[in-house]
Amino acid sequence: MIEFLSQPWPWYIGGPIIGLTVPLLLLVGGKVFGVSSNLRHACAACNFGNVEFFNYDWIEIGRWNLTFLTGSVVGGFLGGYVFTNPEPIALAQSTITDLQGLGITDFNGYVPNELFSWSSLGSVTGIIVLVLGGFLVGFGARYAGGCTSGHAISGTSNLQLASYLAVIGFFIGGLIMTYLIYPIILT
Amino acid sequence: MKFSEYLKYLSIGTLFGFVLMKTEVVSWFRIQEMFRFDSIHMYGIIGLAIMVGMISIQIIKRFKVKDLEGNPISIPPKDSTQVTRYIVGGTFFGLGWALLGACPGPMFALLGSGITVMIIPILAGIAGTYTYGVIKDKLPH
Repeated sequence: MIEFLSQPWPWYIGGPIIGLTVPLLLLVGGKVFGVSSNLRHACAACNFGNVEFFNYDWIEIGRWNLTFLTGSVVGGFLGGYVFTNPEPIALAQSTITDLQGLGITDFNGYVPNELFSWSSLGSVTGIIVLVLGGFLVGFGARYAGGCTSGHAISGTSNLQLASYLAVIGFFIGGLIMTYLIYPIILT
Repeated sequence: MKFSEYLKYLSIGTLFGFVLMKTEVVSWFRIQEMFRFDSIHMYGIIGLAIMVGMISIQIIKRFKVKDLEGNPISIPPKDSTQVTRYIVGGTFFGLGWALLGACPGPMFALLGSGITVMIIPILAGIAGTYTYGVIKDKLPH
């Protein structure tokens, strides 16, 4: 068991378990899976400037989701710290070659240390990745009305046209970043 | 909300965060690989997650399954009369997803795994959400 918990899981094991989040939340309390709503709840909790979009009872509406989110942090601790995957990620060689060409040298861990450390905030590249990246995720998720969980998994599972359109948008943006913008940022 | 309910949501969230780490969905490297179409890994995960979600929603609807509190389960649909917001908003999100290599769930799971600097993109994400709330009436939807 410990051995199973301490190694990476193949996609055909992990994918279905992630999918189970949808019915589990529905069955426990009729809740719809979607992580990015929590960022809105965080805004509603402070709501400087009394913005209308954040004027709602975030405790009543959001506490189940904020509790779920707290669980995700705990799960990240258990899965990524206590039972961390021992080997570097078995990436496709073509991706490794491509990223090496962009200056990435350290392939250990979940994220490249060159970009994801406190010291990287001292570089323009680090600030673009961590600050602008996070900003776009938060802005885009709310503009699109959901993120990977709310649209790509929940919404498409429920056969909603809106979510299929959003996923098309995710890939338009992702491909523009990967092929056109990231090479400029990293070199 | 009862204490037992908090415990249920906490447990489901913990399972979710755990699987995100075990499947490496949280990994910036995996996201770069996905947008290069170099591996089935991420597509297999998202595809199977959707299949499980789809089948279970169909079962819940078909058999009018009630939740643990005994209430009927309904899923409020997203407004599919709007198109622009999903494509344009989705594009903004995709730019961020590829740049940061993490979407909202993984941002928090990575924080839990000890990558403390993830608090920066989380705060930036809250700032992005706030910015949307302020300017949303000026944006095309």
